[in-house]
Amino acid sequence: MNRPQIFNTDDTIVALATPAGVGAIGVIRLSGPRAIDLANQICRNKDLSVQASHTVHFGIVEDDGRRIDEAVFTLFRAPASFTKEDVVEISLHGSSFILDQVIQLLIRRGARLAQPGEFTFRAFLNGRFDLSQAEAVADLIAADNEHAHRVAMNQMRGGFSQEIGRLRTQLVDFASLLELELDFSEEDVEFANRRQLKELLLRIVQVVSSLQESFRLGNVIKNGVATVIAGRPNAGKSTLLNALLNEEKAIVSHIPGTTRDVIEDVISIGGVKFRFYDTAGIREAEDMIESIGVERTFEKMGQAAIILYLFDLSTTSPAQLQAELDTLARHNAALLLVANKMDEIKSLEGLEAYRKMGEMLFISAKKKEGLDALVQKLLSWVEAGKIQNEPVVANARHYEALGKANEALQSAVHAMDAALPTDLVAQEIRQSLHYLGEITGEVTTDDLLGNIFSKFCIGK
Amino acid sequence: MNKQVYDIVVVGAGHAGCEAAAAAANMGSKVLLVTMNMQTIAQMSCNPAMGGVAKGQIVREIDALGGYSGIVSDRSAIQFRMLNRSKGPAMWSPRTQNDRMLFAQEWRLMLEQTPNVDFWQDTVVKLDIKNGQVAGVFTAMGVYFACRAVVLTNGTFLNGVIHIGEKRFGGGRSGEKAATGITEQLVALGFEAGRMKTGTPPRIDGRSLDYSKMEEQPGDEVPGKFSYSRETRALSKQRSCWITYTNPEVHDILKTGFDKSPMYTGRIQGLGPRYCPSIEDKINRFAERDRHQIFVEPEGWHTVEVYVNGFSTSLPEDVQQQALNSIPGFEQAKMFRPGYAIEYDYFPPTQLFSSLQTKQIHNLFFAGQINGTTGYEEAACQGLMAGINAHNRVHEKEAFLLKRSDAYIGVLIDDLVNKGTDEPYRMFTSRAEYRILLRQDNADLRLSEMGHNMGLLPETRWEDVQEKLAQTQAITKYLQKLSVDPEEMNGVLEALETPVINQKVKLDGLLMRPQLGLSDLRKGSTLLDNFLKDYSTEAVEEAEIQLKYAPYIEKEHELAQRLGQLDDIRMREDFDYQQVTAMSKEAREKLSRLKPASLGQASRVSGISPSDISILMVYLNK
Repeated sequence: MNRPQIFNTDDTIVALATPAGVGAIGVIRLSGPRAIDLANQICRNKDLSVQASHTVHFGIVEDDGRRIDEAVFTLFRAPASFTKEDVVEISLHGSSFILDQVIQLLIRRGARLAQPGEFTFRAFLNGRFDLSQAEAVADLIAADNEHAHRVAMNQMRGGFSQEIGRLRTQLVDFASLLELELDFSEEDVEFANRRQLKELLLRIVQVVSSLQESFRLGNVIKNGVATVIAGRPNAGKSTLLNALLNEEKAIVSHIPGTTRDVIEDVISIGGVKFRFYDTAGIREAEDMIESIGVERTFEKMGQAAIILYLFDLSTTSPAQLQAELDTLARHNAALLLVANKMDEIKSLEGLEAYRKMGEMLFISAKKKEGLDALVQKLLSWVEAGKIQNEPVVANARHYEALGKANEALQSAVHAMDAALPTDLVAQEIRQSLHYLGEITGEVTTDDLLGNIFSKFCIGK
Repeated sequence: MNKQVYDIVVVGAGHAGCEAAAAAANMGSKVLLVTMNMQTIAQMSCNPAMGGVAKGQIVREIDALGGYSGIVSDRSAIQFRMLNRSKGPAMWSPRTQNDRMLFAQEWRLMLEQTPNVDFWQDTVVKLDIKNGQVAGVFTAMGVYFACRAVVLTNGTFLNGVIHIGEKRFGGGRSGEKAATGITEQLVALGFEAGRMKTGTPPRIDGRSLDYSKMEEQPGDEVPGKFSYSRETRALSKQRSCWITYTNPEVHDILKTGFDKSPMYTGRIQGLGPRYCPSIEDKINRFAERDRHQIFVEPEGWHTVEVYVNGFSTSLPEDVQQQALNSIPGFEQAKMFRPGYAIEYDYFPPTQLFSSLQTKQIHNLFFAGQINGTTGYEEAACQGLMAGINAHNRVHEKEAFLLKRSDAYIGVLIDDLVNKGTDEPYRMFTSRAEYRILLRQDNADLRLSEMGHNMGLLPETRWEDVQEKLAQTQAITKYLQKLSVDPEEMNGVLEALETPVINQKVKLDGLLMRPQLGLSDLRKGSTLLDNFLKDYSTEAVEEAEIQLKYAPYIEKEHELAQRLGQLDDIRMREDFDYQQVTAMSKEAREKLSRLKPASLGQASRVSGISPSDISILMVYLNK
């Protein structure tokens, strides 16, 4: 059942063309027969299908009426493109959240996430390169694949791999029982309890869905300790993130409510990756978009491993701070209180009253003071094992596989509900096992037979 | 003595050898079938039955291509059952119980009536190899036969050793000599050889059994048959099988013999199948189970001998006897001969091309247990393929290969040559990723055109298949067109507890409901009932299956097509994998050794990654 996907050359592939997590602009590239059609589907204000090759168009990217970003679409019609297929490059703002959303959107519309090196591969197959370059292309595929594998392995450490592994083992047992029934029905074999099987399927659907959800919420491509920077508007959250990043990335301004969405960035500290989320300020939102932002903030906090709660020391009294903390949504994260704008207070008296309220650090994000201590504190928490990393799907390929697994699992449930024959149910379950196996790198058929032989007494 | 140069010498006349000889001869090759004993052609050395789950599909495939196993099985059947009727159509599996003696006799008659087949009773001890190609065989009697290709189907005879308790003697089957010489020669030529083992249960005098203590398992009320041809008929009378169970007392007795068991004293080194364990293996590995099923199979129409399926053992014969007597119904059982285990040589099948020709020696083909498989059906289909390909090779034609989506035969050979096997390989439906396509009802639609095109399947058979196809299409069209009224159909729907309809509905839509079959719809619609009367049962059933499971069939078709693209990219035999330095060293070495025939085949070799395949694609474009 191993199904290498790279060899499909008749579908449309999509991938981020610029390095993840850096740069003010991110470019998404689509290649294949439906490239222009798919780009057109997400572009609100212009009909791209009628545009000429090598033209550039401004457009608004929308997902079912929800505006995601403004973008520049660059069209290349076959064969005058890198891959010699239709190609569209979509330039968006460099937020990985936005980029991921657009990639997901295109996948939902029918694009497939490109395998490492696949654009180059297609370019080669379509005769783009001189044949003497074959070796170089081959090396590139090999190198890319190795890189992807390393990345995947890194991501697989910790909860995620265990979660999928556990799921898969249960499902293999389940599938084995069904296959056993099918192949050895004439013999004296045990039968799968349909009620329990269905319960198991539904449980797995639930876990797979929540893993998918963890991806959807923006944890794409990168991984690390989810660290949410939260606080009232204008507490200096974006300034802090920028100070940590050492670059102007989040939109920093003094107008409350500027950061209307969740902005994400990864910083590697002492070998540990932290995934920082700059969130919209928590307050009564004044417009729709902002209220969505606040909602997302709460959602994000629910998934965080660490919450940095930032407050303005110069304007927040201890009582006010306590009131703010009381309104925080329920979360399981480790909470660090960060008193900002140290540079704006005149006296150090009265700080004790704040200290009593929890673990606290005093910083000035603007002056970049106290950041070292903050960073060391985060690191010490991770090292002390204080941080529980929830399983999070961070790889878009895995996300795709989860989606297909989920689809197949649901079909299996429907097949059972409709009392369809076991071989049809088994077909769906084999499919979902296959997709889960794409994540863990395990093969299905051999698994099933091995499991049957080791666990059940069969054969006359 | 022999001036004639045979096209093909087939060594061994079991299921594989007989199919190989028949296929090659029917295609026009001059064939010599060499067997150690003319009296034991097509012996069923294990249980007297053909088919079963996955195996029944193989017999249908053999028949659809023009092999003889289906016809012989039908003519010697004493019982027919379609297993798994309650499951989906992919699982329906025909099985016959057979008269052991009649089976062998029918095979011999079929072969005798096949032009181009000569026989010779002797043992081949050595192959004549010239310039890396087989040119003849030498026999134990010192006779030499020149030929252009050889098919080896030695079964369990190569250095066969039989074990019963502490007794141990050379032999290929109970009461028959082993064959020596060939393994040694092939190993000297560089072949890798290994040992496998299998076992068989005791045979009992049926007159000494008390069937009143067992559960009867009769044949189907309306028996079917294996062959699609009109040459055979369904049974009009049948014999029953019987079911009984072991118990803790039986297990305790068996345990007293463990210290003398060749399995546990280490005297047997060969690998045995996990799915067909000996009774001692079952009570050892599954200690928590206090009973195991015993399936009592009659050996024929007239003989009193019965086969005790589920009681394969190599324990000392006195322990076998004592344990048997504690099984309900077996209290007075008399043994004809004890069960035994047998060890034999095999050659890991990764040394073969998909044509079943060895990679080392041209025009030398292997089929059956010599390739590490077990089972009559597995052997027979390999024999058929080896026979066809030996003929094609000798006549300078392209090898005939079946894909995994074409047939179980394709799955079997693909698994063998790419993955090899560490235990006797038996077919299961779960080995096939396109199980829903590989059904017993459509083997003729899948394969008969190929069988006909290569001159193996007779013209009349091909006409029958075309007729079935035309009828099936006509019925399908009709069902897609005809609508029924609520008044006509709702009675039937209510009776079967499926929602009633409020307006006219197309029949194919109703057919998709799990509760409904075509026979139910016939009850509601006289129009339909009258229409179908003009069509054959097979065509009606085929149309029903195709419509009822259309979405699933369609899904697998798409998958097969997508993945099949890789199988269409051929690899040259002399392709230099070592030059592809971008692939891992392991991948280069494996592929150099295995020489896959296509990119698809390469992708199924264990340890070959998708990126290795894309790298190869790049090189193939050169």
